[in-house]
Order: sequence, then C-alpha cells, then structure tokens
Amino acid sequence: MTCRQIGVNPACSRTKGARSGISLRSVGFSWCFSFEVSISLVKNVILLDSEGKRVAVKYFSDDWPGLSAKLAFEKSIFTKTHRTGARSEAEIGLLDGYIVVYKFISDLHFYVTGGEDENEIIVATVLQGFFDAVSLLLRNNVDKKNILENFDLVLLCLDEIVDGGIILETDANVIASRVAMRGANDDVPLSEQTISQALATAKEHFARSLLK
Amino acid sequence: MASLPPALKKDDDIDDDSEYSPFYGIEKSAVLQEARCFNDRELDARRCAQVITKLLYLINQGETFTKNEATEVFFATTKLFQSRDIGLRRMVYIMIKEISPSSDEVIIVTSSLMKDMNSKTDLYRANAIRVLCRITDGGLLGQIERYLKQAVVDKNPVVSSAALVSGIHLLQSNPEIVKRWSNEVQEAVQSKAPLVQFHGLALLHQIRQNDRLALSKLVSGLTRGTVRSPLAQCLLIRYTSQVISESGPNSQTGDRPFYDFLESCLRHKTDMVIFEAARAITELSGVTARELTPAITVLQLFLSSSKPVLRFAAVRTLNKVAQTHPLAVANCNVDMESLISDQNRSIATLAITTLLKTGNESSVDRLMKQITNFMSDIADEFKIVVVEAIRSLCLKFPQKYRALMNFLSNILREEGGFDYKKSIVDSILILIREIPDAKESGLSHLCEFIEDCEFTYLSTQILHLLGNEGPKTADPSKYIRYVYNRVILENATVRASAVSALARFGAVVEGLRPRILILLRRCLYDNDDEVRDRATLYLSLLSDELEAAQDEAKAFLFQDLDVPLENLEKSLQSYEPTDRAFDLAAVPRDVKAHQQVEKKAPTGKEKKAAKDASQKAAEGKASNTFEAYEKLLNSIPQFAGFGKLFKSSTPVELTEAETEYAVNVVKHVYPGHIVFQFNCTNTIAEQLLENVNIVMDLVEGEDFTQAASKPLASMPCGVPGQVFVAFEKPEGACSLGRFSNTMRFYVKEVDPSTGDADDTGYEDEYQLEDLEITAPDYILKEGVSNFRNAWESLDSESERVDEYSLGARENLQDAVQAVTTILGMQICEATDVVPNNARSHTCLLAGRFLGDTQVLVRLSVGIDSQKQVAMKLAVRAEDIAVSDIIHDIINS
Repeated sequence: MTCRQIGVNPACSRTKGARSGISLRSVGFSWCFSFEVSISLVKNVILLDSEGKRVAVKYFSDDWPGLSAKLAFEKSIFTKTHRTGARSEAEIGLLDGYIVVYKFISDLHFYVTGGEDENEIIVATVLQGFFDAVSLLLRNNVDKKNILENFDLVLLCLDEIVDGGIILETDANVIASRVAMRGANDDVPLSEQTISQALATAKEHFARSLLK
Repeated sequence: MASLPPALKKDDDIDDDSEYSPFYGIEKSAVLQEARCFNDRELDARRCAQVITKLLYLINQGETFTKNEATEVFFATTKLFQSRDIGLRRMVYIMIKEISPSSDEVIIVTSSLMKDMNSKTDLYRANAIRVLCRITDGGLLGQIERYLKQAVVDKNPVVSSAALVSGIHLLQSNPEIVKRWSNEVQEAVQSKAPLVQFHGLALLHQIRQNDRLALSKLVSGLTRGTVRSPLAQCLLIRYTSQVISESGPNSQTGDRPFYDFLESCLRHKTDMVIFEAARAITELSGVTARELTPAITVLQLFLSSSKPVLRFAAVRTLNKVAQTHPLAVANCNVDMESLISDQNRSIATLAITTLLKTGNESSVDRLMKQITNFMSDIADEFKIVVVEAIRSLCLKFPQKYRALMNFLSNILREEGGFDYKKSIVDSILILIREIPDAKESGLSHLCEFIEDCEFTYLSTQILHLLGNEGPKTADPSKYIRYVYNRVILENATVRASAVSALARFGAVVEGLRPRILILLRRCLYDNDDEVRDRATLYLSLLSDELEAAQDEAKAFLFQDLDVPLENLEKSLQSYEPTDRAFDLAAVPRDVKAHQQVEKKAPTGKEKKAAKDASQKAAEGKASNTFEAYEKLLNSIPQFAGFGKLFKSSTPVELTEAETEYAVNVVKHVYPGHIVFQFNCTNTIAEQLLENVNIVMDLVEGEDFTQAASKPLASMPCGVPGQVFVAFEKPEGACSLGRFSNTMRFYVKEVDPSTGDADDTGYEDEYQLEDLEITAPDYILKEGVSNFRNAWESLDSESERVDEYSLGARENLQDAVQAVTTILGMQICEATDVVPNNARSHTCLLAGRFLGDTQVLVRLSVGIDSQKQVAMKLAVRAEDIAVSDIIHDIINS
C-alpha cells in the first residue's frame, strides 16, 4: 500500500458554497458553547392562589411568548404540583422540561423556574429568598388577601431579587430592607444594618399598610 | 393539602376573596382615568402610589395597553419625579421598566434618572442605574458611561451590583463600551461583598469569554484565592470545567489540571457549591472511576437529606452518571431503593430508573416486584420514563425478557393515556425485533391488547406487525381469529388494516389460503370504500393459482416502498397529470438523518435539538429548491430531451459582492448534459440590459460541447433574471472541466426619474469568474438508514482501499471536515463529529453517483503526537469504476 502526500487544503474546495458551510458550523459551535457555561438564570417567578389563578408573576425569559403560553405554563405547573405537600420544605420537579421549585403557604403557591441544566439548589435558594422576604415584610401573615393589599411590596421584592433573569440577591433580610428603603433617608449603609433593624422596618411598613 | 379549601366551598371563597381584594372589579379604563392625578399640581404621593400599583397589577394580570395608552401613562408617570416620596419613587422606577418606552420617549426621563444616579441615597442610585440601562440606547450610554464605571467600584454593594448586572445586559448590545470597564470589574471580583463578587465574576467572564488564555488565567488565579460568595464559587466551578474541557489531560502525569480544585469544593460548607462541584466532576469528559468516587460519595449523602431539593438534585445527577458508569453508582443502590417510596414522585421515578440502569441480572426480578406496586400511583409521564428504562434493561439482559415482557403486558392492560400506551407498544415492538425468543409471547400479548384497544393508531400499527410477523411463526392460524375480530368490531381504519394483515397470511401460508379467501369475501360487503377496495384487490391477487402470480402477490404485499414516505407524498402532490406517468424513481431518496436517541448524554440535548432543527430546515429547503429547479428546467423546451435531472448544485457566486452586476450560477447535472443556470441581477438604476447572454469558453477539459443556450431578453435594474447555457458531455461520464465566462449584453441608458429607456444603446461585456465542474457535482448526497447493512450488501470486490497522509493538522475534526467537504457526500450516523481528544476516528459517508450508482465510504483517520494525520479510505460502490473515481477525487 502506498502512502501519498496530498494537500487537503481549502484550495481544493474552491466552491464558495462549501466554504460557507464550514463557517456556518463553527458559528453554531461557539453559540452552543457560550450557552453552556452561562451564569445561573431564573426563567420566571410565579405566585398563584389556591385555584391556580395568577396573583403575581414575573417572567425573565422569552420561552413563553404571549400571555396564553404563560398562562398555559402556570396551569400546567399548578395541576402537576397542587396536590403535593410543599409546605414545610420546598419541593421540586422537572416539569415541561424546566426545573421548578415550589413552596406553598396558606392559600398561596410560590414557584421559581430555572432551565433544565440549572443547579437545582441555586433555584431553590432564589425561591427561599423570595418566600422569606415576603414573610418578613408581611410579618408572617402571608396569604392572598395580605399579598394583594401589599401588592407594591411584592413587586418591589421581585424587582430586588432578580434583574432580567440574573440573581440580584438571595438573602431575605437584605431584600426586605431594600424593599423597605431602609437607609434611604439617613446615611446608614445597608451592610451595617442588623436583622432587627430590618425587621423593624418591615414592621413599620406593615403598620402603615394597615392604616391605608 | 388539608388546608386547601375543599372544592365544594369554591364559589363561596371567590365571593369572600372579592370582598377583601383591593383590586375587586378593577377596570383598565377606570384606572387610566385615575392616573390623571399624576398631573395634579399638588401631588398626593400615597394616592399616586396606589394608582401605579393598580396599573402594575393590571399589567401583571396580562392586560396590555395600546400604544397611545402606554405613551400617556408614561408621560404622566414622568411627572411623578417631582415628588420626594421614597415609596412612590420606587414604584415609578418599576413602572418605567414595565412600560419600556420607545427611544424617542426615553429622553424625557433621562435627566431625572441621571440626577438620581448621582443622588446621595444609594438605593436611588442603584435603581436609577438599573432603570436607565434597561431603557437606554447606545448613544446615551456614552454620556453615562463615566458614572457607570465609577458605580462598578462603589463601596455600597447594592450600587456596585446594579452597575455590574446592567453591564452583563448591556454587553449584548454595546460590547465595546462594557469592555472598557475591565479594570473596574476586576476590582469588583475582589470585593468583600458576596453578591458583588458573583456579578463581577460573571461579567468578567462574559467580557473575556473568547480569549482562552485570559480565561485560563482568571480561573487559575481565583481557584488559588478566596471566593466568598457561594454563587460566585458555583460560577467559578463552571468556568473551571470549561477550561478543563478545552485543555485536556496533562499528557505527562495523566492528571487533570484543576481537578484538585473541584475536589476541594466537595468539602465546601454550602450544599450549592458541593453539588455544583460534584456535578461538574461527573460531567468531565472521559472521567475515570477514581475521579468519580469522591463526587459519588457526597451525592450519596444528599440522597438521605431531609430536603427534597437535595434528594432530587442528587438522584438526577446519579441517574445521568448511571448511563455511562453504572458500576460507580451501584454503591448507592441501598439508598436508592429507599427513595422508591419517596413522597415526591419525580424523585421516586428517577430512583427507579437509576436502579434499572445499575442493577445486575439477579436483581431484576426483585426490582420488578417493587416497581409493580409503584406504578399504580404515579402519573402517566413518570410511567413513560419507567417503561423506557425497562425497555433498555431488557435489551441489556435479553435472558430476562420473560419477566420484563410480562410486566409490560400487565401494565398494557391497565388504564392509561395514549402516550403511555404508545410507549409500551413501541417497547414491545422493539423487543420483538431485537430478541427473537420474545417474538411469540410478544405477539400474543399484542393480540390480547388490540381486543380491547381504544386507540386506532396503535391498533393499525399492531395489525401491520401481525401481518408481517404472524405468518412466519410456528402456528400462524391462531392469530387469524384476533385479526378477523377486528374486521367485525372496529372502525373503518382498523378494518382496512386488518384486511391487509389477513391478505398477508393468505399470501405466505398456503394451507390457510382457502380460509382467508372466505374471510376476505365477507369483507366485500363492508360499508366503507377503502375496506371493500382492499378486499377486492387482495382477493384477485390471491385467488390466482399460477405460481408466478402468487410470487407477484407476495412481492406486492411485502415489499416495502424504498422511498421515504414524506418525499413520496411531496412528489405526488406536485405531480400534474400529463401523458407522462408518475415515476417512482423520480422521488428523492434523501433520508433525513436518523436521530440517535439514546447515545447522547442529556446535557447535550438542547444543543442537539437546535442542531437538528437547523439541519432539518436546511434539508427541507434543499429538497424544495431541487423541486423548484426541476420544475423550472422542465418548462424550458430546449432542455426537455435531457432526461431526468440528477443534481443541482448550490449557487456559486461569479462576481464579488457590491459590483455592478451580481451573477451566480447553479450547475444542473443530467446524465448526458450539464445545464448552467446563471442568475443575474443588474444593480445599476441608470441601465437597462437587453439580450443578455453568457459566453462560456472551455479552458480545461475536452469532453464538453455546447448544446443550447437561452439568453435573457431584457434585464431592468433589481429584477433578477436567468440565462441558461447547456453543454453536452459523454453519457454517464464524470467529465471534469473549467470554463471562463463572459456576460455579453446590450446596454440602454435609462432616465431614473421617468424610467424611460433610450432607444439606442451599445454592446458591452462583463468578465465573470471562472467556473469549475468537479467530481462532487456528480455525487448526490444520499444517506442510508443502516450503514452497516448497506456496506455489507455491496460487493466486496468493488472495494478500493488506499492510505493517505494528510500532513499536520490541528485536530481530527479539522481533517474529517476537510475530506468530507471535498467529497460532498452525506454523513451517516452523525459520524462527522470527532470526540474531543480522540486519537482516531471513523467517518461514514454515503452518496449516489451519476447513473444511479450507490457509493459508500468508510473514512478512518488517526493522529499521532506530532499532529500528523493519516487517513485510510475504503470505498465500495455498485460499480467499481466509481470507487476509483472517489480515490481520484482525493488524489487530485
């Protein structure tokens, strides 16, 4: 058997079609790559009531374009989870190809969704942060009625936890104090605030909301 | 569950809710009306905050605003910057983000937000940065860049994080600006605040992600230092695995760089980091048992955690590992078995399927017993997962088919939805195909099933299989009853396929034929057309006593269509009834690449799906354009006598981009001719080209003689037109050549304002690039579904093997790509992807050469430590001359 030296180089494949084929492939690869090692992203945070109706939601991903797709997803995760007892500990499932971590309290269902390959524990940490921050702000009186009456606090909470899918903060105390704008008027930096201070802020805010 | 209100009380509850809800009876128009208070001279901060909350509630419930409404609300909201109320200001920020104003509106709030960005209150600054970066466009960014850069290194973490996160978002749209912050971001990575470190690391990685060296430096620096935030540590683990996968093992010691770091993370104090590290280790490419052990150990600890999330994460990861390293996971079997009774059914299902993967032959029976109890109380979607796991188990231990087949038939009898039933039937079908011993029992289980099957699709599928396999069994007559029952009891679709199945029994088993004929005759009175048609057809086929006629009947009944159904459907749809009969041979046989479902690890699933989709789209487009070309060429009388179009190439550009005239060419190959289709576009508005022709001169090669041409009468600006030139060449030969091309035309000046052309003009010509006819032009990409079978079925005498040296190459992927591009054949079984760091690889190619000659190529490549690549090329074809031609292509 002879061994011949041949030049398999681009010059042999002169046709432009072939060349564009190669470049297309390499683009595909690099895209996949940056996709794989991405920062942890939250797809959505969902708060439903005991009948699966929307209380508050925030979507950070285009995976569900349009209202109907979002509602369908909410319905799907609700029917698949509402029978489970996710009350003392957060529960988890791979639903519709997403990691969904959920926790229920009284007539409310908290959900946080992450991508299929996401670290489950990170998603759970976000849920816990949201759940605890809301509990702090509402002084543990977390139910649908209270949530609706303090809807602005819930929105601010969501705003402080995730920004465009990127986790902003997961420490419930820090979230609660930022929502309450503690430190907005005086110059006490947030990092030096104690938990009791944050709690006091929450209390104050709660009292104010009762007076409304 | 207990505290959920019972269903009966539902209606009362709604009433109760609505009484208390502050949003009861809320209406968009009314709230928009209320929003007018934003314009009041004396702002009532509390009231305004309430109205904004109402607006946000509406948006949250999915209500949308029209363009006008949104603009109005936005402008009103901007007025609220006058108020100093803290709570109100926060709501204003959220509102602006939700409305996401258009770029010409943004300018209104810019100054207010910029003022807040320089406020003394840190939370104002943080929020203003986030809002501004969300709504801003590139132009404005230049103005605020200075502030952002400062904010990145601000002493307050909330400000710093806000700037960094905004940077991550902005990097998509304005990379050049964000990249200038590199130094500040680097400082943020060293921050004491955990979340700042996390955001800083994420941004720094994004900035540098295309620079391998910088990434590697970043990772090695941080793995030695201290990372405070668990989230940042998780990121660092991800980046480390990226670096590892790119660098490969250390060739001297065989150690993996950074493995020690991953292993040390297994002893971190937070679960999040431990898990991330364990998962990263299990996903290392070519991970060894020694490397896996510590990761498996920590995951095993998670299995008995009280937290469902930890149990789920661990069992899901172990499930993936079990696919490739079942032995490594076997240690966890005891913990796994206790998870079968886990409250969370996702965890239980994952545990079972893991056990099915790791179990050995002796444990199968015990497992099946446990699963039977378990199956009754899980949802269909979990059952499907279990059925699939059992199928792969059965293929792994064929001796155990009896127990597993029994299990499948038992669950087939129970209640279940279509998808679930289908997955069971599919599994039995696969087992029948793969395990010959299982055939008889499998068929009888399926017979029982169709006696009481509500799904037409499944019934017809099973009947088809019975018709194929039943006659070949020891006692075919026992299946007849089941099949004929369907004719009596079912809907028309099932009846028709039952008739076909009966006919097959009659064709193969001579002893049964008279009885089958009686049954078929009864079907003649069916009230459905299709059923009667089939019965009549089969009766006439089967009742012919001649030997030859019987063979023909068998051939008709059992021969598979050798064209893909999808393509046949398309061809039939585009067929227009003329005096030319429909030609089955004209149906394209290009099979779409079969998906290898179980081969690939689930992590690559999304990637694969995306790749498949793009591949499919490309193929779909290719076959469409081919049909379009065929139609176009058939409509031109000069080319009608050329026979059937064999191949059309992709367009080859003959001009540089941005020239006066844009010309590309498509080569259409016929058995004895080649037609060049020049697609020409005139881009000069002041010119009208007439009588456009292309003059082609043969520069190299001698087999071609010009046969016909079809000039273009008129070519105005911007309207593409086609010029055709046809060449004759020896029938069936692979003639090569090179042409020089000149475009000749008659130019008339056009007045662009009126569009009128001058009456007189002048002749001109335009030189185009040369065009080559290469061997791949004669090869059609045509995949085969089973390469091995196809290879064996070709005569080994036709095989031509030779070895080549390809010189130094970066890696094997590179070499494979170069060769496959030159040959232009279809890649089979996705063998064009070379695994990372592979030393050798075999790539399978298939195609069809001009004259309908199938040709298959086995391409083996190897690489040595000096990166020298050697290639062995084995070619088989239906015609030995074609094998030689393939080698000639590589040689030239």
